Amino acid sequence: MDVATLTIEKVQELLRGRAVTARELAEQHLARIEARNRELGAFLSLCPERALAQAEGIDRKISAGELLPPLAGVPVAIKDVIVTRGVPTTAGSRILENYRPPYDATAVARLEQAGAVILGKTNCDEFAMGSSTENSGYFPCRNPADLERVPGGSSGGSAAAVADGLAVAALGSDTGGSIRQPAGFCGIVGLMGTYGRVSRYGLIAFASSLDHIGPLTRTVRDAAVMLGVIAGRDPNDSTSADVPVPDYAAALERPVRGLKLGVPKEYFGAGLDAEVRAQVEKGIARLGELGCEVREVSLPHTDFAIACYYIIATAEASSNLARYDGVRYALRAPEAETLEAMYHRTRGRGFGAEVKRRIMLGTYALSAGYYEAYYLKAQKVRALLYRDFVEAFQQVDAIVTPTSPTPAFKLGEKTDDPLEMYLADIYTVTGDLAGVPGLSVPCGKTKAGLPVGLQLFTRHFDEARLLQLAHAFEEAGGFAL
Amino acid sequence: MKITRKDVEYVAALAHLELTAEETERMRQQLDSILGYIEKLNELDTAGVEPMAQVLAPTVSGQADTRANPSLRKDATRAGLERTEALAVAPETDGAFFKVPKVIEK
Repeated sequence: MDVATLTIEKVQELLRGRAVTARELAEQHLARIEARNRELGAFLSLCPERALAQAEGIDRKISAGELLPPLAGVPVAIKDVIVTRGVPTTAGSRILENYRPPYDATAVARLEQAGAVILGKTNCDEFAMGSSTENSGYFPCRNPADLERVPGGSSGGSAAAVADGLAVAALGSDTGGSIRQPAGFCGIVGLMGTYGRVSRYGLIAFASSLDHIGPLTRTVRDAAVMLGVIAGRDPNDSTSADVPVPDYAAALERPVRGLKLGVPKEYFGAGLDAEVRAQVEKGIARLGELGCEVREVSLPHTDFAIACYYIIATAEASSNLARYDGVRYALRAPEAETLEAMYHRTRGRGFGAEVKRRIMLGTYALSAGYYEAYYLKAQKVRALLYRDFVEAFQQVDAIVTPTSPTPAFKLGEKTDDPLEMYLADIYTVTGDLAGVPGLSVPCGKTKAGLPVGLQLFTRHFDEARLLQLAHAFEEAGGFAL
Repeated sequence: MKITRKDVEYVAALAHLELTAEETERMRQQLDSILGYIEKLNELDTAGVEPMAQVLAPTVSGQADTRANPSLRKDATRAGLERTEALAVAPETDGAFFKVPKVIEK
């Protein structure tokens, strides 16, 4: 058995056929993590006791001949911005070093109820702020396809873990592209549902009007199964939507013939790497061969998305991160004499450079005299970006684009220029701002062997069609183009 | 766009962030460059556009549906986090409260 190619379906088959026990599967994954993590940097911490206890519970169910839940015995990894009761949760930040949350995120609880075996917590950019996982407060993570290169970010550890066979599936979070971009860079599937589709209870908040939790997997079917488990209304998250959760896996086989696909011309302009363009064009042609009607559409405000995003996301972050004050959690600068000095010193010492930069930018944008010029202006531009999508979806059923303008870049390549790093998210932030669901699927590789991602968007709450299209693409050999 | 050192110090104070002299200077340059880029938002005429704070997602049919965002729940009490659990993760407590350094200077 090659653990690096296991899928949820395969795990279930092996367990039911008694070819392996859930405990063995968990142990094999933990051993592989031990062997690979020094080089890869995908995990920040492991929770073997919790994993083995859960696995043994599944094995007992199997012995008793009980019906197995959909994720029974599936080894999964959780991005470290998602809280896990009693298991270290740092958000990749030194300010939360040694923090052990007193509760589980809803998405985590739902995974375990569905039988998933949680192996540990994955590396990420500090507070999910970054596009390369180089902003981790602990150590960087590397791309399994090329260890000199970044896995993308901020869910880089989750993407690298799934791509390298350290977990069958993982949870990530997406605020500006943090699930889809690393999935694209590492050659796996990354899915962000509609804003409100998945509860964020227990997701360490970055930008609340943009934050999503979603799965990273090896196949579209696995993404469908994972989403089905974690989606749905949660009374603990007032923004979670009370919209029925369809059987996503059952919708996968529906024919895609006749579906209208829009190719937004703004996503194929300057800055798009020639090899990425060629691969994505091949991918679009493949979707055409499947009977989809491909036509050009326009999302005219695309060029303003990054500027809009970096005001809204940082403004919300500056407010959300005010809670790290050295009073209630983890780090406190010990030598401060007054409360005020303790706040300043704890935050100055605990936060890394990118987090400080974003807190500063957000605080500036919200400060007296600048609120209207920056924050309010950005919210108006957000409305225009939203309208772009609504109008495009009057003409087409889905939008298809590259996930990122380039393949994975080298470690250190963009760390000196924050703006350059921000532009790595140029094709993904629009989906977060508009609240539409988005998914990245592998679409072949560059000549150097670096994965290329193809991104699909659909209407709000139309994840079923998103998965259906991606599945048809996968079945037609699109992943290996 | 010209961000001064004084601007950076003022914003850092608002954000309760201690910055070293070196960090302050780097922050000045980087904020200046990022805000310069953000200026491009002013190329857009947004007169009459309602600011959007949050996506109120419509359903698949395209019709806005208030069920999608039921932000109000029944005003009923329910169990919260136990005090001992909340205090267990704090840097300093006296067993009942969070302890902090002196607030008022004499």
